[in-house]
Amino acid sequence: MQQEKNENRQERQEKKQSRMEKIRQGMIRNKRHLIQLAAALLANANFKGFWSGTIWQGKSKSICVPGLNCYSCPGAVGACPIGSLQAQISGNQKGIPYYIAGTLLLFGAVLGRAVCGFLCLFGFIQDLLYKIKTPKITVPPKVDKVLRYLKYVILAVFVIGLPLFISDEFGIGDPWFCKYICPAGTLEGGVFLTLMNQSLRSMIGVLFTWKLFLLFLTIISSILIYRPFCKYICPLGAIYGLFNRFSFFRMEVDQSACIHCGKCEKQCKMQVPVLTNINSAECIRCGDCKRACPVGAIHLEKR
Amino acid sequence: MKRNKTGLIRICVLAAALLLIAAGIQQRQPEMVLQKAVHICLECIGIG
Repeated sequence: MQQEKNENRQERQEKKQSRMEKIRQGMIRNKRHLIQLAAALLANANFKGFWSGTIWQGKSKSICVPGLNCYSCPGAVGACPIGSLQAQISGNQKGIPYYIAGTLLLFGAVLGRAVCGFLCLFGFIQDLLYKIKTPKITVPPKVDKVLRYLKYVILAVFVIGLPLFISDEFGIGDPWFCKYICPAGTLEGGVFLTLMNQSLRSMIGVLFTWKLFLLFLTIISSILIYRPFCKYICPLGAIYGLFNRFSFFRMEVDQSACIHCGKCEKQCKMQVPVLTNINSAECIRCGDCKRACPVGAIHLEKR
Repeated sequence: MKRNKTGLIRICVLAAALLLIAAGIQQRQPEMVLQKAVHICLECIGIG
């Protein structure tokens, strides 16, 4: 009888501990979402623009924000690095975009793809969409592996190649990625500006329909698949991913402590091979693997 | 050894980043970014 009581008590205690652990993990995850929210608000602090249908024209727009945040978003107080890069290489004064390249190198060297996990507005929106309770889709590994290269192709062709080599009679090229692919500009800028600005609304045409279709596709796929835009399309993620191996913000697996239970890899929604390549170009430093590890073998690198 | 190499790469990239930014500022590139960013980019929002 006494033994039964003790067992029940122990069971209750274990359940309580597991509940507390879940709450603690939830709080840590929420802390990341709080940072994402703060970064989004900070980069889009011109709240007045949302109801006036205009954009911020202050000097802060000469500074690039780290994440994909359209500078035509009414709230944006900084410049989008991909938009600025294309504008520079497609303009009639084509030259090496030292300033933007340096900014991208700086963010990459310090944070790597932690920018995607913590500071990118479009990444945050995808995180929130994935929280909608629906059956989720796992992309077959072979298809996933091939699709991961797509963002590098988009970077090379649509962000650099086409704007650089195709131009009109005045020597000005199109921002191909922003114009034909990027759904962030449609969501953050297009929707708000056309809603609030009559003159812009009257200019809507086929391109806007195409971009709304892409936005719709991105939203639906983000509900079903974790961060599809970041995994397969985003050229900014492709750039920052190159720095993941040596950025200051890195993860490390303590091989002597690891028990190879595989919980970290199961938990990773970006499908990073945590045990063999934790600093892979796909890791957005969300910390899910760290929280899943039962022996605390995964941590941020000390130096 | 591997850590030292990583650290060295990191410092080199950081130094290159700062040099590029300085070169960009010297060529007044932030002003070019500003000029583009303060006007509504019709292509970006899907108008044309």
